[in-house]
Amino acid sequence: MNLYMKFFLMHLKSQMQYKVSFFFNILGQFLVSFAVFMSLSFLFMLFDDVEGFTYQEVLIGFAVMMLGFSLGEMFGRGFDTFPRILGNGTFDRALVRPRNIIFQVLAGTMDFTRLGRAAQAVVVFVYVIPNSGVDWTLTRVMTLVLMIVCGTLLFFGLFVVYASFSFFTVEGLEFMNIFTDGGREHGRLPFSVYGENVLRFLTYVIPLALVQYYPLLFLLGRETSLLYAFAPVFALLFLIPCFVFFRFGLSRYKSTGS
Amino acid sequence: MIELNGVNKTFRIAKRQGGFSRAFRALFSREYEYIRALKNVSFTVNDGEMVGYIGPNGAGKSTTIKIMCGVLNPDGGTCNINGRTPWKNRVAHVREIGVVFGQRSQLWWDVPVVDSFELIRDIYKTDAATYKRNLDELVELLELHEILKTPARSLSLGQRMRCEIVASLLHDPKILFLDEPTIGLDAVSKLAVRQFIKRLNAERGTTVLLTTHDMQDIEALTERIILIGKGQILLDGSLTQLKAEAPKGANAEEMVAALYKEYAI
Amino acid sequence: MFGLTAINFKPYRALFRIRFTNTLQYRAAAFAGLTTQFAWGFMYILAFAAFYRSNPGSFPMEFSHTVTYIWLQQAFVALFFLWFYDNSIIESVESGSIAYELVRPMDLYSRWFSITAANRVSRTLLRAIPILAIAIFLPRPFRLVLPVELMRYILFFISMALALGVVLSFSMLIYISAFYTINSMGTRIIFGVSADFLSGAYIPLPFFPDTMRFVLELLPFGSMQNMPLLIFSGHVYGVAAFRGIGIQLFWLVTLVIVGRFWMSRALKRVVAQGG
Repeated sequence: MNLYMKFFLMHLKSQMQYKVSFFFNILGQFLVSFAVFMSLSFLFMLFDDVEGFTYQEVLIGFAVMMLGFSLGEMFGRGFDTFPRILGNGTFDRALVRPRNIIFQVLAGTMDFTRLGRAAQAVVVFVYVIPNSGVDWTLTRVMTLVLMIVCGTLLFFGLFVVYASFSFFTVEGLEFMNIFTDGGREHGRLPFSVYGENVLRFLTYVIPLALVQYYPLLFLLGRETSLLYAFAPVFALLFLIPCFVFFRFGLSRYKSTGS
Repeated sequence: MIELNGVNKTFRIAKRQGGFSRAFRALFSREYEYIRALKNVSFTVNDGEMVGYIGPNGAGKSTTIKIMCGVLNPDGGTCNINGRTPWKNRVAHVREIGVVFGQRSQLWWDVPVVDSFELIRDIYKTDAATYKRNLDELVELLELHEILKTPARSLSLGQRMRCEIVASLLHDPKILFLDEPTIGLDAVSKLAVRQFIKRLNAERGTTVLLTTHDMQDIEALTERIILIGKGQILLDGSLTQLKAEAPKGANAEEMVAALYKEYAI
Repeated sequence: MFGLTAINFKPYRALFRIRFTNTLQYRAAAFAGLTTQFAWGFMYILAFAAFYRSNPGSFPMEFSHTVTYIWLQQAFVALFFLWFYDNSIIESVESGSIAYELVRPMDLYSRWFSITAANRVSRTLLRAIPILAIAIFLPRPFRLVLPVELMRYILFFISMALALGVVLSFSMLIYISAFYTINSMGTRIIFGVSADFLSGAYIPLPFFPDTMRFVLELLPFGSMQNMPLLIFSGHVYGVAAFRGIGIQLFWLVTLVIVGRFWMSRALKRVVAQGG
């Protein structure tokens, strides 16, 4: 952890070298999520609700996914840019150092411009937390925190899967965007909106609904079972196959070198 | 001690075809070709030896180095370095080796090099005293005082390579792998790097294995050379021996050219 | 005749072929891209369907028009999204290797224009055909509904070509701006996202507030993906379609003139400063 902090400071130092472009990048990232936010707002100027969720209620889920994604991407950027790391030999350097490989990939790249997207999510939270009509009990606050933390880890896990695929192919990687970028983009609405099949898939296969839809029901008081409050924790089980897959890819890399 | 015995490695590579109609057909089926990168490679390097590992591009030099570093697993054969198999005991193994990849940097581009060094110290968990001793000594030898606070991006190629070497030696490795350490360097830097490697080997007894295309490196540094071509070890002997066989008055460059010709590689 | 014979098309054609063959090489990428776009298309349609159910009366388009809009958008993503930059161009400017390009006997604006056009068209051909071919056979309400009148196809193709032109000439301005900034990554994102949003990439313009929509239709943004997709889906027809095409033509000409003028000034600067 100590070493991670040192890497963190090095990245910060490096990125602060180019303050102007750093600032513009943050602004750009902010706009990316702002555009999604605006389109959502325009839709709710025409409609009062969608599948029983009002604008403010939808925004909670939107902000959770956006914040989870940006934090997951900021810290898991090494996995998100893994094909590049493999291609330019940085990964071979990691292999000749006496530290855990996953740790090195994690610590080796961080992208603070993602704070721009996170900022958008925070702005939405500031607006929506007092205005959503949620009765903020201690359990509900904790549930919201769990949604964000587990959402971050879940997106991080998806980036690890993405990285693992790049051990096998560099060309077919785009389909992972369905779950990474797609999770963020389509997570602007509660996942039940997309119908039963999609919801089931996002519950049992790629458990994005466990950090968004189910705990949201608990926050809104529509479900009172604590199972809904703690649903995000179950999503973490997804990380196990992610890392197993990465290990598998790594062993293949070491036998093919490409 | 480095011992390679009967090491084999084959790569499968998808054929990339040129031309419009072929590219279109490749959408549906793909052909592979198999390349035997290493065939039955065996050699031994004793502690404190300095060896030049030479051969044309694509001969298998990098593959061998990668196997010895634990980056790549061979298909067959054994590799024993200081009593360990690199790919089975990676962490313990890499602690004892240093690697310089000539064309890739391990320095942080935008921060002072000394910051990179300190991070590397923490990665290897080198204790403060050893780190200080090594850094002082290396900085002295390679004359780096003035550039320690400079970010890597502002260094010349020669300065950067010297810093790369320092970065690879801070943790006191017993073996140093140098992959084309003098590539692209100016004359002064080349001389400095060569002189330094020589001293390192003489004073610390570090085992050095270097690949290079610069025959002056070989002439200046190593007594022993191993020649690899098309994945096979073709020659393992001393430079003196080689000189005796070569036509009179030939320099190192011409000798190697003659060798490549002789083995048709 | 018309000065056309004076232009040698050969180098442009060769450039186009190379780009297209390069794109074909990426087999898995093509399949992956296809899957991704179907997934996204379905998700967008499902979302719009949910809004439609909540209040059909407030839906500003016919639902089938929206569905058609979404599939066309997925099919032509590489054609119309500003987001698809040609990074090699920007790198050549930022690294200074653009100096070598200036030696070639080809005017740089046309060269960039044809490279980016070839890139976009070749990527689109690979993606659009399978997406459209599958989308017209999907069950309702997911089906892409084809127009029955020939006129609409004609107007669509004209509008599509013009929209591509507007997108290219607009992105040309962003490339040229790279001469003036040290690191244009941020600018690229900012302009790319804003222009995409304002041209109906996130939600179609009919879903925008009325005044905003009115203004956007007069700006270059309304002349990008908005116009051809609305014409094909049937939302815009008759006089409105001709008017839209007229505005597109206006912006294409204006943006090309502005771009060429700006580029010649930028290049003078480069030459003066020695790259």
